[in-house]
Amino acid sequence: MSEKMPYTRREFLQASLALMSTLGTVPGFLSHTSTAMADPAALLDADAVNQGRVLVVIQLSGGNDGLNTVIPAGMPEYYRMRGGLAVAERDVLELDPRVGVGLHPSLRGVQEMYQEGQATVVQGVGYPNPNRSHFASMDVWHAGDTKAADGHRGVGWIGRAMDAEAKRGEHDCLSCVTVGEEAPMATQGVEAKPVSFSRAELFEWSGKGLHPKLARAYEQINAGVEPVTTADPASFVFRTALDAQAASDRVRRAVSRRAETEFPANGLSRQLQAVASMIAAELPTRIYYVALGGFDTHANQAGTHARLLDQFASSVRAFYRELAAIGQDQRVVTMAFSEFGRRVDTNGSNGTDHGAAGPMFLFGPKVRAGLIGPHPSLTDLDNGDLKFRVDFRSVYAAVLDDWLGLDSRVALGSRFRAAPVLEG
Amino acid sequence: MDTSLSPISDDRFGPAEARHLLVRTAFAPDRHRARALVGLGVQGAVAWVLAGGDDSGLPGPPGGPDIRRPFTEEERRAYRQALGSDDPALRERARASRQQIDRDDRQMHKDLQTWWLGRMIKTASPMREFQTLLWHGHFATAYQPVQDAWLLYQQNEMFRRYGLESFATLARGIVRDPAMIKYLNNHQNRKGEPNENLARELMELFTLGEGQYREGDIREGARALTGFTYDDNAFSFNQTRHDDGKKSILGRTGRFDGDDFVEILLRHPACARYIALKLYRHYVADVSDRFGDLSAAQKSVVDQIAKRLRADKYALGPTLGVLLSSRHFYDAEVVGRKIKSPAQLVVGTARSLGTPERSTSRLHENMRMMGQSLFDPPSVAGWGVGRSWINTSTLFARQNTCVYMITGKNPGRRWDRGATNYDPMSLVADLDAAKPAEVSRVLMNDLLGAHVAEDRRAPLEAFLNEGGGPVTGDRLMGFLTLVTAMPEYQLC
Repeated sequence: MSEKMPYTRREFLQASLALMSTLGTVPGFLSHTSTAMADPAALLDADAVNQGRVLVVIQLSGGNDGLNTVIPAGMPEYYRMRGGLAVAERDVLELDPRVGVGLHPSLRGVQEMYQEGQATVVQGVGYPNPNRSHFASMDVWHAGDTKAADGHRGVGWIGRAMDAEAKRGEHDCLSCVTVGEEAPMATQGVEAKPVSFSRAELFEWSGKGLHPKLARAYEQINAGVEPVTTADPASFVFRTALDAQAASDRVRRAVSRRAETEFPANGLSRQLQAVASMIAAELPTRIYYVALGGFDTHANQAGTHARLLDQFASSVRAFYRELAAIGQDQRVVTMAFSEFGRRVDTNGSNGTDHGAAGPMFLFGPKVRAGLIGPHPSLTDLDNGDLKFRVDFRSVYAAVLDDWLGLDSRVALGSRFRAAPVLEG
Repeated sequence: MDTSLSPISDDRFGPAEARHLLVRTAFAPDRHRARALVGLGVQGAVAWVLAGGDDSGLPGPPGGPDIRRPFTEEERRAYRQALGSDDPALRERARASRQQIDRDDRQMHKDLQTWWLGRMIKTASPMREFQTLLWHGHFATAYQPVQDAWLLYQQNEMFRRYGLESFATLARGIVRDPAMIKYLNNHQNRKGEPNENLARELMELFTLGEGQYREGDIREGARALTGFTYDDNAFSFNQTRHDDGKKSILGRTGRFDGDDFVEILLRHPACARYIALKLYRHYVADVSDRFGDLSAAQKSVVDQIAKRLRADKYALGPTLGVLLSSRHFYDAEVVGRKIKSPAQLVVGTARSLGTPERSTSRLHENMRMMGQSLFDPPSVAGWGVGRSWINTSTLFARQNTCVYMITGKNPGRRWDRGATNYDPMSLVADLDAAKPAEVSRVLMNDLLGAHVAEDRRAPLEAFLNEGGGPVTGDRLMGFLTLVTAMPEYQLC
């Protein structure tokens, strides 16, 4: 029964680093695969290119007002129903004059990317019988399951995809990385768990500096063990401890890198800058997950919303500038979503209440740039909310199947036809 | 593996076994206590653990029952008028007062988390708190969307009070528990407009387990639960919303209400087995929550526990008494093979090392980073066990929290080295500090278990012995940060 590993993970990593240095130009993101270890020729496998692709998910928490994000300036109802919160037509950034849809003036960076063929706007995204509770609706988006509003099992769409990878032996502890205080449910698998950190300094043992001899003893106790069987709980913890050491060094080394380009000084940019650094380091990470909160704008929405959208657009713009500068942009697709949009009518406090469908964004040189789907009607409403046309899971299916080469059926529980958001 | 539930003989119940009992039931090992327990014999020791001590001196709950008391008719009218008024200042005041209530309630939720954590650390009845934790994860209820911290406190008290008494009492209580009713939307479950959430989870997660019922049973169960709602902090039965018609649930037919529904579930043979499995997962081994996934040996033990539960009408004390004295519980394949939950790790470290009181809210914050936020389980299915707690980031959070407890140093925060305030020498007052090897051996037996192999001990012993001379407080503190960073320390 007992399945001896050839040597410890630490030695394995050292060996792989040694191999890398002899191979010189081989992309580092391939270094983690065991096939690459066993047979350098396998590095040229076309399938392995797919392994280098990265998805970045940006969660806009709180229910972003989609109607004031992608603005139907050509629909007179918009100005009638939105009253004081409506964005004046002259301020709306042009996207597609033929259909009368543009962007909030804070989204200059998104407009630029759109014009460069690097941004996709999917309109009217949602799901049947929308739930207007933040928590329930976020659960739906995280689980990739509309039934999740009535309770879920704490496992998300990314987590399930990663579980399936783990079963195939294709999982590295760094396969999914979340930057932020909490690892979202979306990234939790039954077995596969994301690496998550808010600050890189939390991602190492804090006892090291206490005494000159402690660091060495610590390495000995955590690295000197040969995992025996995977079924044994102690072996499992040993293996994770080895992984943690390796991941800690890799992540902290990666994140300590300085950006080539300028990032704005805000929270989302800091997260995306860390992601860019990890991408630059060619970690074996398939999915990065970051979040920007504060979209729950029930009162005096205009100023707050403008600042949030500016943070969003300027951060994504800076992120892709950086990626382009280091030659990594081709392998990164970014997807942004919010758990729901807001109601069409404003409330009495210059704000908006919880609604339903909203837009999603995809970014990167490999997206099929443009508008997907028509803007939802402002007259044919569902309880005062925009009706969805595109099921969010069809966008998930596209990034899973077509971009990452993961099985969306496993992640989503059933087959969804991929939305046409990626280049053919 | 020994699958027998008959008690081990007292001559086999030594300090290592007593340590195992304490770690699995009382959060933490304590070698002095373990020695005393050996003298009581296994059943005496288990009875002692079950009985607990006097907790009357512990602080009461934070906040109070009235933070979210319903408005009086008069207040409601005034509030509505203010909101509809033309005077923006008046509207703002009304909104602000509402927001203040929300803030107070959220604050109570936070205070409740640290209150319970503090209680676990200080209690003289640790097993009662450990059992309360089991029920909190079993009948999992989170602050969202309940948004009423007092209701969560009430539920927690119910678990504390009846948690070691009877599962039947708990099951009967939970369908009348305002927090659960609100969490699973049963206040919206009315005749003709069913909400099946509580009925479904009651069967799937609380009593029977998946596959023991059909969708039709859920629909009929939901009808039985109609009208089970709450009024302020108390259960309330709304006759007019109750569907009084005939229902067929799990093969029985009658004009059932929610209480009848629970009785039907308790009588179902799958229920005792499902609860036995939950007890087994909490006290014995990190196994799946599906009976079918268990090994034959584990199945046999769970079935024996289930039989006891049935015979005792779900009385928990006697069943746990048998389980915790059993040959199975002390089998070498059980000892040291369970992964500590974050609560076990944090509370156990505080209790066994006698670390000074540090910020409980920071400790709880660290527990959240490890995946266990009290009064905030991740879903109605509660927390997982075992491996689900451990990943590369939680492992650092676990190790670093121990460093924080021992030294006061928390990553990313300023550290006042002088204010460390912990004298680890008190741990070894009964040992000879001039013999580092002896100190190292005793502490490792105590904190990690006697089963830890010699070669695993060497780096720690070498650290403690570095430079020769007697053990000093400073070096012992470093030694403890190493012990708590051992992979073995994650296990119990």
